[in-house]
Order: sequence, then C-alpha cells, then structure tokens
Amino acid sequence: MAQFKIKVNGVEHQVDVDADTPLLWVLRDTLKLVGTKYGCGIAQCGACTIHINGTALRSCILSIEAVEGKEITTIEGLSEDGSHPVQQAWIEHDVPQCGYCQAGQIMTASALLAENKNPSDNDIEEAMNGNICRCGTYTRIKAAIKTAAKNS
Amino acid sequence: MVNNTDRNRRSFLKVSAAVGGGMAIGFNFLACQVESKIPEFIAPNLQLPENWNTLNGFLRIGENGIVTIMSPNPEIGQNVKTSMPMIVAEELDADWDRVIVEQAGLDTENFQRQVAGGSQSIRFGWKGLRETGAKARHMLVSAASKKLDVPMDELTTSKGKIYHKASDRVLDYGEVAVAAANEEVPEEVTLKDPKDFALIGTSVRNVDGFNIVQGKPLFGLDTMEEGMKIAMIVHPPAFGMNIKSLDDSIAKGMNGITDVIRINVEPEGWNPQWSDVNAYPELVAVVGESTWQVMKAKKALKIEWEKVTDLESSVGHEAVMKSALSSNKGEVTRKNGDPDAAFAEADKIIEKTYSAPFLAHNTMEPINFYANVTDDKAELIGPIQTPSFLEGTLEGVLGLPKEKISIMMTRMGGGFGRRLYGHFGTEAALISQAVKSPVKLIYTREDDMTQGTYRPAYMVTYKAGLDKDGHLMAFQIKGTGLPGSPVFADRYPAGAVENYQVENIPLETNISTGAWRAPRSNFIATAEQSFLDEIAEAAGKDPIEFRLGLFEKAKNKPIGEKNDYDAERYAGVLKLVKEKANWGIEKPGVHRGVSAYFCHNTYVAQVLDVVMEDGVPKVSNVCCVVDCGIVVNPEGAINQIEGGIVDGIGHAMYSALSFEDGVPQQSNFDKYRLIRHKEAPEKIEVHFVDNGIDPTGLGEPSLPPIGAALANAMYKATGKRLYSQPFIKEIELLG
Repeated sequence: MAQFKIKVNGVEHQVDVDADTPLLWVLRDTLKLVGTKYGCGIAQCGACTIHINGTALRSCILSIEAVEGKEITTIEGLSEDGSHPVQQAWIEHDVPQCGYCQAGQIMTASALLAENKNPSDNDIEEAMNGNICRCGTYTRIKAAIKTAAKNS
Repeated sequence: MVNNTDRNRRSFLKVSAAVGGGMAIGFNFLACQVESKIPEFIAPNLQLPENWNTLNGFLRIGENGIVTIMSPNPEIGQNVKTSMPMIVAEELDADWDRVIVEQAGLDTENFQRQVAGGSQSIRFGWKGLRETGAKARHMLVSAASKKLDVPMDELTTSKGKIYHKASDRVLDYGEVAVAAANEEVPEEVTLKDPKDFALIGTSVRNVDGFNIVQGKPLFGLDTMEEGMKIAMIVHPPAFGMNIKSLDDSIAKGMNGITDVIRINVEPEGWNPQWSDVNAYPELVAVVGESTWQVMKAKKALKIEWEKVTDLESSVGHEAVMKSALSSNKGEVTRKNGDPDAAFAEADKIIEKTYSAPFLAHNTMEPINFYANVTDDKAELIGPIQTPSFLEGTLEGVLGLPKEKISIMMTRMGGGFGRRLYGHFGTEAALISQAVKSPVKLIYTREDDMTQGTYRPAYMVTYKAGLDKDGHLMAFQIKGTGLPGSPVFADRYPAGAVENYQVENIPLETNISTGAWRAPRSNFIATAEQSFLDEIAEAAGKDPIEFRLGLFEKAKNKPIGEKNDYDAERYAGVLKLVKEKANWGIEKPGVHRGVSAYFCHNTYVAQVLDVVMEDGVPKVSNVCCVVDCGIVVNPEGAINQIEGGIVDGIGHAMYSALSFEDGVPQQSNFDKYRLIRHKEAPEKIEVHFVDNGIDPTGLGEPSLPPIGAALANAMYKATGKRLYSQPFIKEIELLG
C-alpha cells in the first residue's frame, strides 16, 4: 500500500492503495465514484472512459501512479446537474437502453466535441468505435452527438 | 381512520421520504426516480408528500397528489420500468408529470410473474396493470363522490384530477387520497376503450434516463453496503474439468485478502430447477477488501485441475453436427403429405445447410451479486431476470424458508437471457454465509465470458422441391444443435406446403447453454429466410411475392392443424414493408435483402440495404415493420427494435465463441468481436401496424429476421450466398 494524491473532478484526494491499482478501481472502490464502469479491464470496451487533462482515456489500464498531478474528470464531474450538452442530448434522443455503457460513451463524446466542435459522421465513428454498446444504441448515440454539437 | 402508509415495505429498500441533495451510495429508488426526470418534463415544484396512502401493491398517492407506481418486473434495458407503470397510470388517469416510478423487489404477494424473459412482460402484464390502475381510480372517485356528495357517475377524471362539471368543482387526487386508501377495493372495473387512451401511445422518456447520463449508482455492480467485502470466483479453465487441489498459501497472505474458500452451489441431494444451469458448481472463492486486491490474489492461487469428462473442440463440434444431419436418426416432429414421393417427382431440388457457433451473452455489466447471509436471514441485491427462481434455489441451498429471504432487483447492464440463470446469486449467498460477512461477488470479464450458459451451436439442412412451374411442392427441415435442435415444428412455412417434414437430431455437450435473446429463433430465422430467398430465386419469383404466395395458401387452405402463426398478420408486415421500403425500385450500388419472422407473439418484416465500400459491407438503411398490436411507448419501442436489429446484424456478422480441448478461445473483447459503432446501420426506420390488438413484447422479435435480410442483401452485393455464421469469415474469403 502507498499514499497517492489525485485530483478528481476538481477535488484533491489522498488515497492509500496498492501502487499498481488501476485508476478505475480507485474511483469505484476507494472514492465511491461508481459512474465509471468496469466492462473488460483491457481497454477494449470503453465503459471506464474518463478524461485526463481533457483527453478521453480508459481508466482500467491507467495506474494510479500515472495520473498523479493530472486533472481527472469522471461522469460525476462532467456537470453538476446533468446539464452538459452531451448529457442533455442523450436525454433528448432517449439514448439508453440498459444504460451501463452510456457514461463511457458520454465521456468519449464530450472529449470529441471539446476538440472538434462540428464532427462529421466519419469523425464520430472514428472517435466512438472504441466504446461498445451491447444494446445497440449506436444510431441514437450518433444522432445525440450531432444534437450536442449544435447546442454546444 | 387508518392511514395505510408504507404497507408491505421491505426494510432494506431504504426508501426515504425526502429528496436530499443527490443520491447517496445505495439504493434509494425513490429519490432516484424524482431525479430521473429533468425539470423541463415535470411540474416545476415537484415535492414529495408528507404521507403516502397505499391504494394497492402498485400504488401510493401522497396528500399533494404525487403518485408512486411500482415497477414490478426486472429491468434489463427493455424499458419495462417506464412502459409497465405507464399502463397503470393510463387507467388511473394519473398526471405522468407527477408520477414517481419505483423498482419493486421480489414480492410474490403483490406481484405476479416478476420475470424478464420471452418478451412477455407487457403481454402478460397488460390486463392486470390496467385493472390495478382502474381499481385505484374507482377508489379515488368513490371517495370524491362522498366528499362532494354527488353520484360517482357525475364525476370524470383526467391528469390526476376529479371533475364535477355540473357544480364546476375540481379535486386533486391528493385531496381524496387518505379516504380512497380506505375505500373497498372493487371486484370488477370497466377498462377504457383503447381509443380513449391519453398516455399509452405517446412517447415517454426512460424514467431512469437522467440518472443514467449522470452516472448515478443504479446497477448491481454499484452496490455499496456497510461492511461489504469483495468476492470473486475461480472456475475451471475448460468444460470437462474440475478442481483437484488448491494451494492458497500465497494468496491468503496478500494485502487485503481475508478468505480463500471452496464452495459448491449444488449440495448433495438437492434438486436443481431449470434456472440452475451451471457447468461449474464447484468453485474457489477469494474474498478481500478491494476489487483489485482480490483480482491479484486470484492470479496467485495454485490450482490443479483434473479432466472429468470429454474436452470438446470446435472442429469436433462441426463434424458431429454434420454427421447427425446426414444420419437417419431424426425424430420426426411434423409430417404432412408424402414428402419422399413429392421430392421424387420434383423438377428441381435445392438443399442447403446453415450453421452458427456458440455465442456468449456478454452483458456489458459483468455478472455480480450482493449477499448478506446470517443465521436467520438472507438479503440479496443484484441483477437477476428471475428473482423468484433464485429465491427457490436459495431456499434449498441455504436451508432458509422463503420469508427469510429477500431479493432486490437492481437495474441490469444487459440481460439477453444470461441473468435468467442465477447461480451467481447462490454463489454470493454461499460465500457470504461461509465468511460471515456481506459480500459483493464480481466476475471479471474473463470469468464471465468463459463460464458458459452460451447460445447453443446449431446446424440445419433445408430441402425444397419445386415443380416445373416453380411451385413449392415439398419442404424438409433437419435440425441439430449442441445441445438440442433449433427447429420449431409448426412455424412458417409449415401450413403452406402440402408435403412437409421436420426432423430433430438433438445432440449433447458438456458446454453449458441457455436462452440467448430470442432462443432458437436467433439462428433459425436467418437460415429459414435465407433459404426462402434462394428458392424464390430458383422459382423465378420476387422474394416478397413468393413469401406472400405461401401466406395466401396458409390462409385459404392451411395444411395441417397446428400452425402457430396468423397468416394475415404475417403477410401484413411484409406488404407494409414492401410499400414503406419502396421495394422494387433499384438504386445503383445499393443491394437489398428482405426477411420476415414471427416469434414472441410479434410479427416483423425488414428490408436491409447494403453498400460495399472497398470490399467492406456497410448497412446503409434498415426499413422495419412491426406488428405488436398496441404500442405502449413508441419511442421506447423503436429503441428496442433498433437495438435488436443492431444486435442481430452484429452477431450474425461478427461474433463467435470457439473451443479447443474444452477451453473457450475468446475470453475478452480483444478476441470476441462485437459489433461496433462504425459497423452499425447508418439509418433504421421503424413502422408499426396500427390494429388496436392487445400488445405483445419487443425485447426479442426484431433480432431473428435481420440476419437473413443481411445475408440476402449480401448475396445481391457479391453473388454469393452466406450459410455459415459469423458471415464475416465467409466474406473475407471472398477477398
């Protein structure tokens, strides 16, 4: 066990965990921020997507050591009240079915829009291809991203 | 006066009567639901009441008119948590903007058939849910008639209010809620004429949507309870193996690890139920403080495995299925006319064999369950499609009576049939009992994907005989599977062909299998509708006209007595898809395939358009027509249908689970291919048949036919028919 200082959603936390603990499990088990989901553990499904200094990354393969001193944003910190344009667009398009992958989808989509205000279909497909939705809501996700782009 | 406040509540529900600042970890479903609707959809000042008045097991009404409707069935993403309460609210004449939906736990006193399976929640729930709402409405109106001193038949209701037009008086439901809770429950009530529906047929957003997009703790994996430890299991690496010896000396000494134990979910002398499918009853369980520590300790276990039955491989599976189909060992499950004689006379015979591999369910939320078992009770929380069956199993395994067992269903990160088989609940309970602590059992993705309960592998041979004029005179289906057979004896085109034979040659395997979204149909529809396309072509007919011709026969002069479809409704979806898709109008570079299927009481027809981009197929459009009777929540219904289409395309095209010496060759998403964003259809359009018939389900029916619509479109694109799933392998061979 070792002490680490990490900044999540603007708040500094001191955590005492094994040094090889992936950020995902620090968020979920230690900080009780369970919006970030476990799906595969090998960066293949995107359910655990978070932002590190604004870039969408998979928290299941990021060690706690690697994220010290960086700005970590989780779905809980994307907005205080669900008002982020991507969250609102998700509601408008009634995107979720089971809903489990959607926090990861939203984190990937919001990072895309922060970088590319008006993504083409191809840009969206490229950015979102790493996020699996087992329920198959891909067409709604694409439509919601376009709506969010308009409203951002 | 007795106030029936909070009757029949289960203590662990933790329902609070106040909406605090956001939801704490745990399952405060009530607060959760209030937050579920974003301000634009609700009355601006929605406040929870001081007191709830219970009208029945489904309904509580506050003094301020806020209504809580219980959602009885497990929610796996099929959106029954929105649509089932809508049905109650319709007959109650509730104001949906003042409705809170709360997930019920297992409660066999108040609710029937708390199952998510077979696309049956709406169909079976329809009458009872309507009556529940109508009876409560009757009690409110009866209480209002006493309060206003007017006869009941002078009162009308709308959006949570009771009107007496003659005296221009209005009462809110909240004003008579206390009195209504003490009214007699009527024996019989009159239900609305569907043409008077105000809520059913309008699109209502997912009641959990706002919580989902904020990452609120809704799922089983998000469960956090006081004193809870994390538990994980290790199961054998191969079907046919069992544990021989365990050396846990290193693991036990690792950071945060409290226990390493062995469990057996099938104790001697215990009789399993259908839901207890499980290849690996004997497990090693590791328990500790945090998930990562337990994951690491699992890897430090030294386990010796031993072979107890055959170690099967995919090569052998294919051979054994082929051999079964070429044998004469078939059990005939339907025979009309004289197929042998008819084939002998046929001008043209077409015979084709179709196959599909084992599939894992791969729910995005891996298998998990929370359990706290003490000497005198068991509390379980988690994702389960069949809570009442889990309760029955726990009763036998734990030796506790049902009244001492409580099960709370969480929102599920997908089901697809996987969570019908609740061994994981039993495992969590046994681990909790053994280590004397509340535990949350979590499977890793690898534990989950290699555990079994797969969609069986199937193979089927279709044979058709055509006369000189291209009429279908003989039809034969031989099906086999590991295990079982995918063939339904009495489904279309049974009833439309004079000489008809169905044979099953069921096989056995030690790989555990179970229901996977639209069981059997998920394979056989693709085979059947691909074959019909091929024989339509051989007969020189348009594929839709050819199918419609068979429906005409089945309607006007059905062959045999047990034909399990309504030929008119079946033909109806095909006719409508022909019109909506502008069938027959060719567009350059666009290749079209059609398919239609009936299962789970719902009729579906689809036209799929594919374009080839550098040799890679892209689905540019799917036009889908559905006859499910009354559509309760159109937007939710369309979402289900879209999802089934994407799921069906994905698995037919890309997915497979293969074996070598009993070992699954895919254990995570790096090797197990699931459909991804780029591969999804660019557009899906959905049309419903408007016929006012009582509603049927939508969780499964759009999936089965789409594989054939894809295969038939691919044939147009490449000139090659696809017979073996996953299709991508056959397409890649084309180069």
